Formats: sequence, C-alpha cells, structure tokens
Amino acid sequence: MAGAVAAVLGLLLLLGSAGGSTGPPRDSLREELLLSPLPSGDLAATFQFRARWDSELHREGVSHYRLFPKALGQLISKFLVRELHLSLTQGFWRTRTWGQPYLQAPAGAELWVWFQDSVTDVDKAWKELSNILSGIFCASLNFIDSTNTVTPTASFKPLGLANVTDHHLLRYAVLPREVVCTENLTPWKKLLPCGSKAGLAVLLKAERLFHTSYHSQAVHIRPICRDASCQSVSWELRQTLTVVFDTFSIGQGKRDWSLFKMFSRTVTEACPLASESKIYVDISSKTQENELLEVTPLPLSMHEASVQGDRRTYAVYDLLSPSLFNVSRSLNVQLKWKRPQDSLDLSTPVLHAQRYVSGYGLQTGEISTLIYNTHPYRAFPVILLETVPWYLRLYVHTLVITTKGKENKPSYIHYQPAQDRRRPHLLEMLIQLPANSVTKITIQFERALLKWTEYTPDPNHGFYVSPSVLSALVPSVIAMKAEDAEQSPLFTSLFPSSDGSSYFVRLYTEPLLVNLPTPDFSMPYNVICLTCTVVAVCYGSFYNLLTRTFHVEEPSRGGLAKRLANIIRKVRGVPPL
Amino acid sequence: MAAPLVLGIVVAVTVRAVLYRSSLAGFISERVEVASPLNAWKRVVEGLALLDLGVSPYSGDVFHETPLIIYLFHFLIEYSELVFMITDVLTAVALYLAVQDFNKVVFKKQKLLMELDRYASDVAELIRTPMEMHYIPLKVALFYLLNPYTVMSCVAKSTCAINNTVIAFFILATIKGSTLLSAIFLALATYQSLYPLTLFAPALLYLLQREFIPVKLKSKGFWLYTTQYAALYLCSLVVIVCLSFFLLNSWDFIPSVYGFILSVPDLTPNIGLFWYFFAEMFEHFSLFFVCVFQINVFFYTIPLAVKLKEHPIFFLFVQLAIISIFKSYPTVGDVALYMAFLPLWSHLYRFLRNIFILSCVLIVCSLLFPVLWHLWIYAGSANSNFYYAITLTFNVGQILLISDYFYAFLRREYYLTHGLYLTRKDGTEAMLVLK
Repeated sequence: MAGAVAAVLGLLLLLGSAGGSTGPPRDSLREELLLSPLPSGDLAATFQFRARWDSELHREGVSHYRLFPKALGQLISKFLVRELHLSLTQGFWRTRTWGQPYLQAPAGAELWVWFQDSVTDVDKAWKELSNILSGIFCASLNFIDSTNTVTPTASFKPLGLANVTDHHLLRYAVLPREVVCTENLTPWKKLLPCGSKAGLAVLLKAERLFHTSYHSQAVHIRPICRDASCQSVSWELRQTLTVVFDTFSIGQGKRDWSLFKMFSRTVTEACPLASESKIYVDISSKTQENELLEVTPLPLSMHEASVQGDRRTYAVYDLLSPSLFNVSRSLNVQLKWKRPQDSLDLSTPVLHAQRYVSGYGLQTGEISTLIYNTHPYRAFPVILLETVPWYLRLYVHTLVITTKGKENKPSYIHYQPAQDRRRPHLLEMLIQLPANSVTKITIQFERALLKWTEYTPDPNHGFYVSPSVLSALVPSVIAMKAEDAEQSPLFTSLFPSSDGSSYFVRLYTEPLLVNLPTPDFSMPYNVICLTCTVVAVCYGSFYNLLTRTFHVEEPSRGGLAKRLANIIRKVRGVPPL
Repeated sequence: MAAPLVLGIVVAVTVRAVLYRSSLAGFISERVEVASPLNAWKRVVEGLALLDLGVSPYSGDVFHETPLIIYLFHFLIEYSELVFMITDVLTAVALYLAVQDFNKVVFKKQKLLMELDRYASDVAELIRTPMEMHYIPLKVALFYLLNPYTVMSCVAKSTCAINNTVIAFFILATIKGSTLLSAIFLALATYQSLYPLTLFAPALLYLLQREFIPVKLKSKGFWLYTTQYAALYLCSLVVIVCLSFFLLNSWDFIPSVYGFILSVPDLTPNIGLFWYFFAEMFEHFSLFFVCVFQINVFFYTIPLAVKLKEHPIFFLFVQLAIISIFKSYPTVGDVALYMAFLPLWSHLYRFLRNIFILSCVLIVCSLLFPVLWHLWIYAGSANSNFYYAITLTFNVGQILLISDYFYAFLRREYYLTHGLYLTRKDGTEAMLVLK
C-alpha cells in the first residue's frame, strides 16, 4: 500500500518536473539602427525593434506577456490573424534619387492582413480588426471599409510561414489621406519593451522625427520558424521606423552628420531587455575611394553584406559590448566627409516607377504609370497592383501597355470592376519588363458626380487615389548568399529570400489627387423646389386638360369689384365695363 | 412616294457618314446630352471587353445594357457604324409605313363621322383632305432622319437608336393591326428600357378600335381581347427574359439593368431632372423621392386613357413624350422619337398658342447645353447650377409643347362637334374657356 502510494507520488513528481521544464515561452528582443547616406546627400535612418516569441498564440491560452505587447498578442489570438502589416507614412520615398528602399511604405496608412483559414467571416473580422487598430495607434483606420478594401490575388503573398495561400483570406487597404503625427508615434513607442527610456528608442523624439522628408513607422507581425528544422512556429513582431533627414538643412550646408545633430539626443545605454542592440553605419563609399569619409568614434567591428544586389560595408557599434562606453558615457556617432562630394555616385536603382494623371477638365482623365528597368541586360517580370476608387470609372478597354513603342501584353491580368459605393476597382497585371526599357501603362477614366453628402468638407482639395504597388524579384548583379536569419542584421532579413540571384522589392508609386465635379452645396432646398415645380407644371397642365372641358364663356354679372369699378367710371363719365 | 423617301434616306445616310469620318464624331460621343450611362457606346465596348477578360459585364457598375445588345454586338462590333445607320433608316421606314396606314384610318373615320352627321355645319375648313395628308408620311420620316438630335445620336452610336427602332416597329405592328407582332415588339421595347410598358394602354385602345370592340368595362369582348393581348405581351416578355438568362447563365442583368433604371444610382448629368435632384437630396428622403419620380412616369397613363380613348394614336404620342421627359436617363435620341410625330398634328397649327416661344426655348436650350457644360467642366468659370438651369428650361419647354398640342387637339375636337364660329346668345363672338 505504502509502496503503491510512493510509486504514484514518484510518478506525479516526474510528470510535474516534466511539465515544469517547459516553463513560460522564451522571447527575445533585438534592436538595431541603420544609418545609410543616400546618393542624393540625404541620410536615411532605419530603426528596427524585433521581438520574437516562441509561443503558439493560437493554440495555447496565453496570459503572460513579457516582451511581446499584450495589445497585439490579444489581437492576433482573437481575430485569428496569420500576418499583420500596418504602416503609417508621411512623405514619399524618391526611389530615383535615394535608391532602392529596404522597406517602402505608401503615403498615408496601409494595412494588409492574412487571416487563418479557420476564420469564417473574413470581412467582419477585418472590420473589427481595423477598428481596434485604429484605437491602439490613434489613427483613423476606422475609415477602412468595403469602399477601399481589396483582395489582391497575386501581390502581397505572405512574408512569414504559410501553408495555405487562399487569397480570399487576404485583405488590403490604403488610406492615402491619413496624416502621421506625434499622436501616432506615442502609442507605437509604447509597444516597445523598453519604451523610449533606454536603448535606441531614446533617439525617437517627435520634434526631430517629424522634421524630415520622409517618416514611416510600421508594425509587422508574422509567424516564423523557431529553428532550422521548422517543427514549431514562433511569432515575430517587427517595429520599423524609417526617417530621411535632409542633411543640407541639419548640417548647415555640409553633408556631415551626427546623431546629436539629427535626433538632438545621444545613445547612453542599450535596452536591458534586448539580447542584441547594434548601430550599423553604411560606409560603403569609404572602401570605393580611400579616406573619403571618417566615422567617429572608431567602430569596433565591420560587417560586410550583400544587400539588394550590392556589396556594402557597415561599421558596427554594439551597444551591449562593455568597451563601447569606456571613453564617454554617451555614444554620438559622427560622420565627416573628407572631400566635398562634387560627383555623387548616383547609381540609378534597377526598378523604379512613377505615376501621374493627365487630361483636362472634370469629365475624363487618364492615369499613366511609367516603370523603368535600368538593368543593362536582364529582363524580369513585375506585378502591378492598382486600386482606384469607384468614383473614377475605369475603362479597361482603354488599357494600353507600351514598351519601346511596341505593345506589351501582360501575361496575367486580373480585373475586378468597381461597384458604386461598395467596392473599388482592382487591377493586377504581370508585366514583363525588357532590359533597359521604360514601360508605359495608361488607362482612361471618367469622373462621377457624387451625392452632396459624399464629398469631404474640402471638396476642391481633390480625391486621393491610393498608390499602386509594384512587386518584383529583381535580379541582382552579384550573387548573394543566404544567411541565417538569426545571425545576420535585421535589415537583411526583412523579406524571405528564395535564392541568391534575385532579391524581392516592393515599390509604391505616388498617390494621385484628382478633382471631381461638384454640385453646389448651398442649393439642396432650391433644387428640390425648382425640380418639383417643373414636375408640377406638367402635372398642372395635364390636370387642367384632363379634368376640364371647353365651354362657351357666359358673360358674368360681375362681382363686387366690377360693380365698384362701374360706379367710379360713372362718376368719371367713362363708359362702364 | 417611295422616290422622295429614298432620296431622303440617301441624304440622311450621307450626312451621317460624313460626320462619322470627321473629327466631330469623338466630340459628339462624349456629350452627356447624347450618351447616358444606359446607352453610351463606350460602355458597350467596355462590357464586351470585360466579357473577353472573363469577367461578367454586370459585375461592375459600368455596363447597363441588356444581354440582347451583347448578343447583337458580339458579332457586329466591326460594323457598328453600319448597324446604327441601318437602325435609323429602319425606324424612318417603319414610321413612314405606319403613318401612311394611320392616315387611311383617320380619313375613313372622318368620312364615317361626317356621314353620321356628327360634325357641325360650318367646320369645312377643319376637315382634313387627302391632298394635305399626302405628304405627311414623308414629312414624318424626314423629321426623324434629318433631326439634328437623331443625327447626333447616330454619330455617337448611342443604343437609344435601337430602342427607337423597336418602338417604331411596335407602332407599325399596332397600326397594321397585328396583335401578335405588336405584343412581341412591345415586350422587346419594355425589355430594352422598361418605360414603354405604358404604351400598352394606347396600343390596346387602338387595337380594340380596329377590331370594333367597344371599350366598356362590362363588355365581355373587351375583357377577352384585353386578356389575349396582355397574355401575348407577358409571355413574349418572359421568353425574352429567359433567353437573356441563358447568355451568361445568371440573373445578374436584372438588378444591373432594371434595378439601375429604377433606383438611379448614377448621377451623371444629362438632360433630365433626376441627376441634380438626387445629387442634392438628403439621404433620408432619397428612397421616397425615387419612388415619386418613377411613379410620375407611369401615373399619367390611366387618366390619359380615360380622356383619349377615342384617339389612341394621339394618346401614344403624349405617352411617348412623357416617357422621354420624365425617364431616369433621357437623351436627345428619345426626344427625337416623339418629335418625329409632330407633322402628324400639323393640322392643329392654328390652335397652338405658344408654338413660337416654345420652339425658340427648345432651340436656344439645345445650343446652350454644350456651352454651359464647357463652362462648368472645362473652363471652371460656371458651376453646376448653370447646366441645371438649362436642363430645367429645356424640360419646361418640352412639357409646355406637349400640353400645347394636347390643348390644340382638344380644342379642335370641340370645334368639330360644336361648330367653328361660335356665337353667344346675344350674337357676339364667343370665347372658349377650359372650365
């Protein structure tokens, strides 16, 4: 009896210890800042904060959140989200002068979400999700409804693990009119484990960040493999913030910059919760011509990577290494150009695009997109996604694609026409871009007259057309080796790379501003009265003709007025009526 | 009589061919007065392009034509100009034959009434003679073919021309007395644009008159014939609608065509009254006023049938005019159809009160439409109120024109039965009033 009890107790202990050895799911935080001078002289600073959580959010009932923010974790488990990408951007990335971006976002707010296949009503989940995100990020994402949501079929494939790619689980919406301000930055910073108190996030001060040519903050949530064998799934949250500083205005005419000049702050310590905290400075120009620039303090290590078809060298400052803060308490990375740069190495990016509206008057117009492929000998296909609001009625029979003067037929075209006040136009095409060419895509549209309540309070500002999206696997000039995601810098592992010969690029064109004809907003009562008068004229005339008959007029005796008039006439001596 | 008609047709076709080849063709097809969202040629091409892409043309909100048009132009898209010229010619020829027959009927009826001594003694100058009626069919055909509205409608390749052809064939079949063909063409006309439903009443009255069935609610013959005609009409309509289903294997075309005509979601400016009214409407009342405006088109049928049961062709003319004025997306092609009938009533000229002012109003408004559109849309120096005002004036002009003709018609009828020179009891000239 006692032996049996002991055996049961021993069994319980074993089970207990076995259960206890799993413990709470592990999470880790990596933060990095990438400072890259752009060919035009500006400076791009890209912050990335990546929290990785080894937990199956959908299956286990999770209640203990540490580094992964609770607001987003609950969102994922409640709405069965597979991937979520939200970006708020102010400004436009000028690809031609700044080069290819690591992660571009369209002007305004962009949200695209992949849901799990167990979701029954995707549209309902999408609506609730956008409303909750609107509350979390203090952005007007509640304006996302069926009139600006589309379901792309070929673009926006999942960036994380995906075993099902039924595109009906994907929703994509852009709000080009959205403005980004401090109110959006504060909740974004609150999601960081260290907040803005320690680590790289101390540099994120709103007054400097919004004095930039381009400001984009984003949140990306996706499932990734936990390890190389990919037996289980981890959740990755990346918060990225990209700003482009105009060095001529901050450097008083010189292209030198420093962390203090840009952010009016310096870094004092790494975030204690981070397992890795690094600053990368792109000094590729240094290796091309010796002693072109000088970085202070001297970097402790260098890192070489092939990023976007280019070999680049980075100076690395590891904030967690104890030797970094030996000399001074704060780290102020500075870069000085030794020689004035008169010939800038403006290497044009392989793929860039621009879009504009042509035509005159308020009746019709034409949207033209120009896509440039500057690769000297390689042709590659690009997927173009255009979302046009319903009040610009596209005519797909006027779609013309020309390259080098000849017609270029797309190999895949998916067109979903708009329904008035219900859904927008969706046009997706796979276009082959020949080497060293310009492709022009034009489509004509008609402008609709809306009901007076459907205009914004400033109707003559115009109506926005969301930027179109170009996704392409650009062939790279040099071979890139696939590196382990955990070891390489964060900025190299944004997009999953399939092979070393090409890299994925997603570009956005400019948003367009189109004027619509407006009715006179002061006239509703007048219009109703006048139109009803015209209808009444018809009704009255017909009523008279239908209900009355012709009679010979009988001379009437005369009413009181006539008799009075006759009396006055008699007095005057005039013949009576 | 055939030679002048052929000459007229040749001239009309030449004018259209010249305009097709000129630069005006593009300008005319963009005009909102000529092309509405229901019958613009650009939308027909768009619908066929969507079909080629594998998308149903009715999945968007651009294409609102019936499947019949898809059937027709799928094969004839290369010869579209020829098709529209031929439809215009067919309409003119149908109207010519119809009016020719109608004149015979009118003359026979007049003779009968004169022999029955129904007319007063001094109405000799009101009696119509075959001499004066001889050129009316030609005038009707030419009025239709050479009307600038028709020419613009043809050059713009608006499918309104096809609707007009169907209605013209319906009129021809009715006047010839063929119940079956009349029912079939009426069903086709209703299927194309819904509003010709109201032409059922005048056609029925004319056919009853032709069959010498008195229009009495208690008469068995009346109900028998009415149910016969109605059954033929409904059956043909059902057959045509079912045939349309089999084109794309879906009923999508019903909300896209008829739902669109009835609920007026597209507020593109046109010469009608709906667009600005619903652009400035409070959302709360939108449904109410849509119903009111649609009922307004169908509402005049019964009262007019009661008043004009002895004169069904005049009733048809007034009904056609009411449809053209109050339909949800009118174009000048619709106006051209009822204007073609005006030579039929040229004997009413002496009783028309405001014909000069009304014709001036209509001509000036037609000339001002493109000017004010340009000022609003292209120059930006005017706003939508200017174009709306001209729309209102044009419609008032049309309404007063029709009521003027109605007044003149009723007055002539009164004079025919009561005498032309009316005297009062004391011998002085009498005034005639509507009381």
